[in-house]
Amino acid sequence: MKIQVNGAWREVSAAQLAAALADLGYGESVVTTAVNGEFVAVQAREQILLRDGDSVEVLAPMQGG
Amino acid sequence: MLEIYQTPLNSRLLLGSARYPSPAVLAAAVRAARAEVVTVSLRRESGAERAGQGFWSLIRELGVRVLPNTAGCHSVKEAVTTAHMAREVFATAWIKLEVIGEDDTLQPDVFGLTEAARILTAEGFQVFPYTTEDLVVAERLLEAGCRVLMPWGAPIGSGRGLNNLFGLRALRAHFPGVPLIIDAGLGLPSHAAQALELGFDAVLINTAVAQARDPVQMAAAFAQAVEAGAAARAAGPIEARDLAVPSTPVIGTAFRG
Repeated sequence: MKIQVNGAWREVSAAQLAAALADLGYGESVVTTAVNGEFVAVQAREQILLRDGDSVEVLAPMQGG
Repeated sequence: MLEIYQTPLNSRLLLGSARYPSPAVLAAAVRAARAEVVTVSLRRESGAERAGQGFWSLIRELGVRVLPNTAGCHSVKEAVTTAHMAREVFATAWIKLEVIGEDDTLQPDVFGLTEAARILTAEGFQVFPYTTEDLVVAERLLEAGCRVLMPWGAPIGSGRGLNNLFGLRALRAHFPGVPLIIDAGLGLPSHAAQALELGFDAVLINTAVAQARDPVQMAAAFAQAVEAGAAARAAGPIEARDLAVPSTPVIGTAFRG
């Protein structure tokens, strides 16, 4: 299925958000996620099933002012 | 001692973590500034590069308290979602709430800001709103549950100092018991000293330190200025006046009378 990850189209096989993140290379990274603009807590990633065309934001700590 | 959301702070200089020439310089600048609070942000992470992981390790090693921001958010929805994401990653209820309303000045959208502040406060966040010096907006933010305000000195990154002295003095006078942190627009240590002399509780500096030729030296200079300004405020500055008053006693002046 095709989903948007941080604005770029990506092909993923896993529907479950947690598994999709692992496929995409995030592994044990400290990241936080939103699906279609809604925050998804880390504990909820296994319950979220992605659908074709979904938009996923994967954010991490970064420099800020 | 400054206390914000029941957290005592010895340092009145908060430091931003962006735009330094290197992570090592950032770390040295935080130490030179003797900052206890460092602002951080969230950005898109690539699964291949994982750039954020190294940064997060660096910040944790510094042992400072982090103040995550919602920089770049232009709507209430974006800011609220970003705040949720920040709370999870940084494990803090503190959020420097930015809802940008205009791109040339990065002026806050104060209507969206108050709405987002109300939502987040109700959800248990401790909100640090990036706002203007507008008294009515300040009142609304306090009504929304904010216990600290962060008025701009001047547009972010502009280095102009305290742009609206009248407005900032009025804000300070109007809310004597509310912690007020000047956020944005300061360019020089003298600007920071002036803010503290006027009675502001702290300043948040980023670009003026990070983009200085020697950020570490500039961080130390800001630390000294903030301490000087706070000491001067505590010492009770004299009022400015239009006419001269001799400092040397005139009684007994030679050749008079």
